[in-house]
Amino acid sequence: MNPIFKSHEKDFMRIEADQVCVDYNGTVALYDASLNLKAGSICGLVGMNGAGKSTFFKALMGFVRPSRGKIRINGMKVNQAQKEQSVAYVPQNEGIDYSFPVSVWDVVMMGRYGAMNIFRIPRESDRRAVVHALERVDLLDLRERPIGSLSGGQRKRAFLARAIAQRASVLLLDEPFSGVDVPTEKLMAELFLQFRQEGHTILISTHDLNHVRDFCDFVVLINKTVLAYGETSEVFTSENLNKTFGGIPPNPLSGPTSSKDFINE
Amino acid sequence: MSEFLISITPIEWLLDPLTHDFMRRALMVSALVGGVCGLLSCYMTLKGWALMGDAVSHAVMPGVVVAYALGLPFSLGAFVFGVGSVALIGFVKQKSRIKEDTVIGLVFTGFFALGLVLVSKIKSNIDLMQILFGSPLGISRSDVNQTLIISFIVISILLIFRKDLMLYCFDAKHARSIGINTGILHYLLLTLLSLSAVVGLQTVGIILVVAMLITPGATAYLLTDRFDKMTLLAVISSSFSSILGVYISYWSDIETGGSIVLVQTLIFLIAFLFAPRYGIFKNKTFINNN
Repeated sequence: MNPIFKSHEKDFMRIEADQVCVDYNGTVALYDASLNLKAGSICGLVGMNGAGKSTFFKALMGFVRPSRGKIRINGMKVNQAQKEQSVAYVPQNEGIDYSFPVSVWDVVMMGRYGAMNIFRIPRESDRRAVVHALERVDLLDLRERPIGSLSGGQRKRAFLARAIAQRASVLLLDEPFSGVDVPTEKLMAELFLQFRQEGHTILISTHDLNHVRDFCDFVVLINKTVLAYGETSEVFTSENLNKTFGGIPPNPLSGPTSSKDFINE
Repeated sequence: MSEFLISITPIEWLLDPLTHDFMRRALMVSALVGGVCGLLSCYMTLKGWALMGDAVSHAVMPGVVVAYALGLPFSLGAFVFGVGSVALIGFVKQKSRIKEDTVIGLVFTGFFALGLVLVSKIKSNIDLMQILFGSPLGISRSDVNQTLIISFIVISILLIFRKDLMLYCFDAKHARSIGINTGILHYLLLTLLSLSAVVGLQTVGIILVVAMLITPGATAYLLTDRFDKMTLLAVISSSFSSILGVYISYWSDIETGGSIVLVQTLIFLIAFLFAPRYGIFKNKTFINNN
């Protein structure tokens, strides 16, 4: 089932970042970061912890205001794109209270709030979108369960389903593979490829280089700024990776899977 | 007292207080205030704002005193100081390196102290005990009207923004990412907190109003995994506690605010011990079947 994007969305670059700078009280977190992503592509955002990946995401989602530069999503300003439900964000979820009294269904329905009226009363189309999203992440059977009773991998899938239910053309995923079980990882990787087929644009932050190699068309290497950007085959050289990881050469085959060991700030 | 209680039937126990005008008023106001505070208490406990509730309810003290002295509706003064304290907490936290819970403690005790000083300095017929401990049995008609209006406002806003506020408590980041203005929701919730503290202090007084703002929510939280059910349970247990508290207070001649809050605490204890899933003596079969 292809999500129907608004016709005008086709004409624009999905994600456009131009010379974006972000600083926190004078400390530069990101400078001159530029990025152009077209429809139907998957882009990996690779860098060490503290290299500005999260900052870049936050800037793209309007959580931090760039001190300089311009960001457009589907040709719109970020807050406009959010109001139009053009962009969905799947965070890492460290701050979520999993004893909150909501079911899996409730959580996925939250993806539809932006499309509802002020009272947030679900219509039939909203329910269909939620069912569809739950099916895609294989959680439909668990929809009545409290969110806290799910396993780690299932929780990740539930929050992915929330983003799917939003029916956004642009998906931003912050470390989607961190702490998930193998079946969930497989399911998510397959889903991302399907999304690309359907014309979604996906930006994934990760420090697992294998994932980038497996399904990212493009890759952005980041260390306070964009070091290299382009098609994965061209950008993914050991020289570039060395630059990205500060001279600590990651194993080019397995990548720095236990990156925390040497990247902790 | 026990001999006295034995001498009446349960029907009399229920109906006799209703023959008095002041008791009918007290029961109605207490039940309503219980419902309003019970509804809001769900958001307070889920958001982790218990300390904020304590702060706001204490900080309204000088507002009440000033309003009485100036002949204004006391809810107006209380509201101004409630919101003011919240703004001040935010300001001090932002402009200094002090942690939030310290700032909260600092601001509300300061406001409360100011209130105490004002009571002793402004010569009027303010009854300190009434402000501190509430007096639903002595509530005036104009106070009833104020309570009705504020309750209506709080309930309406909570019903309209129910889902948004729930989402804000659960995942503010997501709310922002779908274009919801979380800044407005934050201040809306704080405003509702101030208004609820204002109505709550009528029945149980400034010192105990925080119980009205957290205990029903905490009790309901132990009983269900559904938000809608939680709000319903909180409202019911809170209104029930208020009514029963007023009855007990009437028949036993004990302090009303204390009586209401004690009933609430007892209900919480029962849930704490016997809640099917989350109680100390939880039902094992219930858990296995789920």
